Amino acid sequence: MLLIHCPYCEEERPELEFRHAGEAHIARPENIAEISDEEFQRYFFIRANPKGVTFERWRHMHGCGRFFNAARDTVSDRFLMTYMAGEPKPDLGKAGGGAVRSASRKGTPA
Amino acid sequence: MIQPFRLTTGRLDAAEILRFTFDGKSYTGLAGDTLASALLANGVHLVGRSFKYHRPRGILSAGAEEPNALVGIHRDAARKTPNVRATVQELYDGLAAVSQNRWPSLGFDVGGLNNLGAPFFSAGFYYKTFMWPRTAWERLYEPIIRRAAGLGTAPDRPDPDHYSNRFAHCDVLVVGGGAAGLAAALAASETGARVILADEQAVPGGGLRFETGAVIDGKPGWEWAQETAAKLAARDNVRLLTRTTGFGYYAQNMLGLVERLTDHLSAPDVDQPRERLWQVRAKRVVLATGAIERHMVFPGNDRPGIMLASAARAYLNHFGVAVGSKVAVYTADDSAYATAVDLKKRGVEVAAVIDLRPTPRGPHVEESRELGIEVLAGHAVVGTTGRLRVRRIEVAPVYGGASRQIEADALATSSGWTPAVHLFSQSRGKLAFDEETRRFLPGQYVQDALSVGACNGTASLTDAVEEALRAGAKAAKEAGAAKGRSKTVKLDARSPEAWSAGMAGAAPGAEAGKKAMAFVDFQNDVTAKDIRQAVQEGMRSIEHVKRFTTAGMATDQGKTSNLHALTIASEMLGKPVPKVGLTTFRPPYTPVTFGALVGHSRGALFEPTRRTPTHAWAEAQGAVFEDVGQWKRAWYFPQGGEDMHAAVARECLTVRHSAGIFDASTLGKIEIVGPDAARFMELMYTNPWQKLGIGRCRYGIMLREDGFIYDDGVVGRLAEDRFHVTTTTGGAPRVLHHMEDYLQTEFPDLKVWLTSTSEQWATIAVQGPKSRDIIAPLVEGIDLSDEAMPHMSVREGRVCGVPARLFRISFTGERGFEINVPADYGLSVWEAVWAEGQKHGACAYGTETMHVLRAEKGFIIVGQDTDGTVTPDDAGLAWAIGRKKTDFVGIRGLERPDLKAPERRQLVGLKTSDPKTVLEEGAQIVADPNQPVPMKMIGFVTSSYWSENCGRSIALALVEGGRERMGERLYVPMPEDAIEVEVVPMVFFDEKGERTNG
Amino acid sequence: MAETARRISALEGRAYQGPGIALNPAAPASRLSLRAPEASLAALSKALGLILPRKPKTTAESGKRAALWLGPDEWLLIDEGGADLTVLCAKASALHSAVDISHRNTAILVAGEHTEDVLGAGCPQALSLARFPIGAASRTVFGKAEVVLWRIAEDAFRIECWRSFSYYVFSLLEKAAREV
Repeated sequence: MLLIHCPYCEEERPELEFRHAGEAHIARPENIAEISDEEFQRYFFIRANPKGVTFERWRHMHGCGRFFNAARDTVSDRFLMTYMAGEPKPDLGKAGGGAVRSASRKGTPA
Repeated sequence: MIQPFRLTTGRLDAAEILRFTFDGKSYTGLAGDTLASALLANGVHLVGRSFKYHRPRGILSAGAEEPNALVGIHRDAARKTPNVRATVQELYDGLAAVSQNRWPSLGFDVGGLNNLGAPFFSAGFYYKTFMWPRTAWERLYEPIIRRAAGLGTAPDRPDPDHYSNRFAHCDVLVVGGGAAGLAAALAASETGARVILADEQAVPGGGLRFETGAVIDGKPGWEWAQETAAKLAARDNVRLLTRTTGFGYYAQNMLGLVERLTDHLSAPDVDQPRERLWQVRAKRVVLATGAIERHMVFPGNDRPGIMLASAARAYLNHFGVAVGSKVAVYTADDSAYATAVDLKKRGVEVAAVIDLRPTPRGPHVEESRELGIEVLAGHAVVGTTGRLRVRRIEVAPVYGGASRQIEADALATSSGWTPAVHLFSQSRGKLAFDEETRRFLPGQYVQDALSVGACNGTASLTDAVEEALRAGAKAAKEAGAAKGRSKTVKLDARSPEAWSAGMAGAAPGAEAGKKAMAFVDFQNDVTAKDIRQAVQEGMRSIEHVKRFTTAGMATDQGKTSNLHALTIASEMLGKPVPKVGLTTFRPPYTPVTFGALVGHSRGALFEPTRRTPTHAWAEAQGAVFEDVGQWKRAWYFPQGGEDMHAAVARECLTVRHSAGIFDASTLGKIEIVGPDAARFMELMYTNPWQKLGIGRCRYGIMLREDGFIYDDGVVGRLAEDRFHVTTTTGGAPRVLHHMEDYLQTEFPDLKVWLTSTSEQWATIAVQGPKSRDIIAPLVEGIDLSDEAMPHMSVREGRVCGVPARLFRISFTGERGFEINVPADYGLSVWEAVWAEGQKHGACAYGTETMHVLRAEKGFIIVGQDTDGTVTPDDAGLAWAIGRKKTDFVGIRGLERPDLKAPERRQLVGLKTSDPKTVLEEGAQIVADPNQPVPMKMIGFVTSSYWSENCGRSIALALVEGGRERMGERLYVPMPEDAIEVEVVPMVFFDEKGERTNG
Repeated sequence: MAETARRISALEGRAYQGPGIALNPAAPASRLSLRAPEASLAALSKALGLILPRKPKTTAESGKRAALWLGPDEWLLIDEGGADLTVLCAKASALHSAVDISHRNTAILVAGEHTEDVLGAGCPQALSLARFPIGAASRTVFGKAEVVLWRIAEDAFRIECWRSFSYYVFSLLEKAAREV
C-alpha cells in the first residue's frame, strides 16, 4: 500500500483513502459541442500511458474529497510529486526540494 | 526416559509432558518442543514422502526453511491444515499430525515406484511427455497428475477459525530476534523511538538457540537473549511480537507480518483469532533475518537422518535431543565442527567429520581432534545406504583413493550459510555477489532499511552485535525519534564460532556426467543432474532453469537450494554467478494462510450490510429481502403462505386499486446548493433546469461524456439555489463522484456545493388512488390539493410532527407521494402511514412489485434496461434533452456517428403471442427462428414480468431499429423452441397517463 | 394534529465493554455539512460562535459545538445541544452551503487504553498521539466503511459514520475489541 501526499491535507496518507482518476492535464474543450470527431477522439479516447513518468489525477476520496494531480513513475511505482488541481504541469527537472516527495531519500527511481 | 533420544530436557519444561500422535501412533514430547524435535526425541526420522519420486524423507532443518518435513495437522473435522512444517509447529497436548503424499502408508508407499522410473521423470518431463494428443490432457493426464502430485490435501470444509488485522506504525521495525535483532531493538528503543520487534520463533534468540560458546554482556548468549527480550517487552515504546514472520516488504517501508496466535495451543479461546496480519508502516526498517545453512549436494543426500548441521545442534542444545546414536558430520566449512564437538561432549558417538577441504583449521577443528573425533580432511561423502533411514555412508578421498563405508544413523551436513536477503530483495534493493565469500549480500538500498548481522554477511558475533547497536541507534535517529541525549548502548559480545564461506553447488560424486541422485531442491525433487540438463536443453537464464526444473518453487521457495542451483547452472554455462543472475524473491517469505490475508472480512463482516430505518418492521412482517448492492431491500411481503408470484400479483393489484407503501430510502440523494446550482445542473443533466420553478420536480437524465446514459432520477427544486437530486440506489456514490469530478476540475468557478443526503432521509413512497387520503391526516403545513400540489412537485412541511420534504411523484403511474423524513424518524413515520393505510386497504410492497408497476408504465431502470451503451434516444427519452442547450456532459458524445446511426437498438415493448409465457430477461431476439446457427441476434430482453394488472406477461427489450418494427413478429429462441413475440409500445397500462391524478 | 414521531437511533441497544475498551453509541446530536469559501469564514465563524479551523485535520470547539475540518472548504459541525445549525448559518449573509445531516451520520464513542489498537484493526492511518493528537479529526476508512475519526481524549475517539454503515462499523469494532 502506497503512501500518497495529499496537497490539501498536507500530509502523506494511506492509499486506501484514495482513488485513481485517470490521466491529468486533459482539459475539457470549452466549445465541446462544436469540436470535430478527431478533436473529440483526442480529448476523450487517446491517453499517453507512458512507461516512466506519468501525470495523473487522484482523488482523496475518503479524506478531504479533493481531486489533485500527481507525477508518478509507472516503472518504480513511485510518486515524484503531487500538486493541487488547476496548477500547471510541473517541469520535473526544475521541481526540487520540498515539492518532490519521493518514496525514499536514498532511492533513485529505477 | 520414555523418549529414547532425549538426552536432557534441554531448555524445555520437563514438568510438562505432552501427548501427540503421528500417523495415529502415540508419542510424548515436552512443552516447548516443536513437532520435529518431539519426533526426533522418539527416534522418528521418516516423516514424509517427496513430491515427485515419493522418496522417503526426514527432517532437514530446525526452522522455517524446512523443505521436507511437511505434515498435516488435524485438529478436528474442519481444521485440517496441510503442509505444516514440523520444524515450526509447536507441540501441544493432543496434537494429531499425519504424513502426506503417501499411500497406503509412509513406510510403504506405492508412489515410490516413481523412484524406479526416475530416469523418465527428469526435468521438463511434464512439458515433453503430456503434449500429445492434446485432447488427452484434460481427460487423462491432468487428473492423474493432479492425484499423484500435490502437497497435502486441502481442507474440504469452511475454515471455522477467525483471523485478525492490524495496521501499525512505528519508528523502527526490526525483523528477526536473534542477537543482532535484539541488539538493534535495544539501541533503537533506548532513544525513545517506537519500536516493533518481530521474531518468527516462540522465544527470541535466533542462532543463540544452538550456539554454545556465545557470551554477551557477560552472560551466556541464550540467557542474555531472554533477559533482553523481557526488558524490551517491558518498555512502553516497544512491541515485541513473537511467533511473527515478516513475510513481505512492500513499497514505502510497509511490511506484512503474520502473527500466529493459536496454532501452538491445545484449546484456543474462541475469541482468540488464529492469526493476525500486521501491516506495519515503519520509518526505518532493520533487517536482522540471519542466515540459512545449506546442505551438501552429494549422491543419496536425501535419506531420512541426513540434516543440516545447525539443526542437529539446535535439537541437541535447545531441545536436548540427539538426532542419532552415531552421527557423522559432512562439511565444507568450520561451523559444522561445533555440532560434532557438542554431540561428543554430550556423549553421542561421532562417527567422523568428513571435510571437503584438504587442510581445515580453527578452534573447533582442533577441539574436535582433541576430543578424539576422526577428522577426514579432503574427503567427500559419495553415497549413502539405508531404506527408510540412513545406515551407512560411503566416504572417499576427494583426490582419488579407495572409498570406505562408515556406519552412521545420522549425518549432519553443511556447505555454508546463505544470508537471508529475501526481505531486502523484496524491498527492491539490489543484491551484490561477494566473490570472496561466494554470497549474495545487500548492495544498493532503495528503501529506508539497514541490514545487520548474518543477513548482512557479518561473520562474527562481536561484529554483528556492534553493527546492530549502531544500526538501531541510527535508524531511531533517522526516524526523527531520538529524544535528547540518550545513552549509547554498549554490549560486549564474544563467540568462538567462525563462519567461513563454505561451498555451493555439487560436491564430489555429483559432478557432471554422474547419474547419481544428488538433490539440490528436496521439496521438488530436483537433482544436480536436472539443473545441468536444463542448461543443456537450452535454458540460459536462471529464471528459465527454475521454471524448467521447478527448483526453488513450492512452499519453501528454495531457501536451502537456490544458491546450489545457481552455482551448478553457472558452472554449466561457464559464466560467473552474477551473470547468471538470481531468481526474484517475491512475497511471501514463508507460506501465508488465506485467512490471514482475508482477516476480518468474512461472514457478516465481509462487507457492510446496509439496512434502511424500516428494516426491522419489514422483517417482522415476514418480508423477503433482496440484496441491492450493499443494501437489504424488502423484495416482497408474502401473506398467509403466498409464494412470490402470488404476493407480487396481490401487491400490484392493491397499489392500483387502493394504495401501496414502499420503502424508497435507499435511493441516492444529493443536495446541490449555491447560487450556481441551476447552472451546474444544466451541465450535469441533459435537461434544462434554469426555468424549473421552485417547488417543482423534473425527471433528469445524466450522461457520461461519451453520450451514454449514466444515471437518472427525479430532481426537486427547493429554492433558487437548492436542488434535491435523487439517483438510482446503486448509482449514488459514483454519481456524486462524477459530479464532484466535473465541479472540482472542469467547472471550479461555479459557486455550488454537493452534499450526500442519501441517509439523512428515510423515504416512504405512498402510491395509488388512495395515497392522498392516507397521508393527509399526517401532513402539516402543506396543501395537498391537485391545484396547490400538482404531480411533479415538492413541498417542505411536517409529517407526524417532524420536518419533511414531501414529493408528489410517481414511479407507478398512480397518484403518488414520497415522504422524506429525517432517518431516525423513518420507522415511526412508516408505522403511522401504515396505520392510516390500513384504513384504506393499502398494502406494503417490495422492490419486485415496484419493478412490475414501473414496467407496466414503460419507465426504465438504468442498469437494467440500459447497459452503458444506450443513448437517451435509444431509450425513447430524446425528449429529455434540452435542444437549445449548448453544453452538458455528453453533448458532443451524442453527435458521434455511431450514436446517430440508424438501426441502433431501441427500447420497445414486447408481448408474447401466448400471454401466459413470461420471457427470460437477457434472452436474445431474432427475426427468423429458422435461420441457420449462428443466428443473427437483433436484440435482447431487458425486463420481463407477469403483469396481474394487464392479465398477461409484459417485457421491455432493446431491438435493432425497434420503433420502426411496431407490430412486427420477432422470436426469442429458447432451448425447447422459439417464442413468438410482437413489438409494441413501451407503455402497457394507462397509456394516456390519467391515473397520476386519479 | 398528528403527534410527534419517535426518534430511533440506528445503534439503539448496542454497547460493548471489555478490559481496557468500551464502545458506546453517542447521543443524538445536530450535524451540519458546511461548505464555504475562504472569504465567508469570518462571518460564518461569528454566526456559529466558534472559529472554523483552517488547518487540515484540526477541530475547533465551543461548549457543546464543534467544527471538524474535513476538506479545504468543508466542515462537519456537531452540536450535542441539538441547536439548529442551518438557522445559525443562515444568519450569516456570506456565501455558503449548509446541509443538515443530523440523521445521516451516527456516532460511536470508543474509549479505553486499547483504543488505538482497536481502531488499528481497520484504519490504516497513523493514530499515535504524535500523529493524531487530541482534537485532531479526519475522514478516513475503517475496514470497508468511510468514517470520520475525532480524537476527543488521549484514549478516546468519536467515530462518525453514515447511519446504515454503523452496524458494520460497530460490529468490526466489537470484533477487534474482543481480540485485543
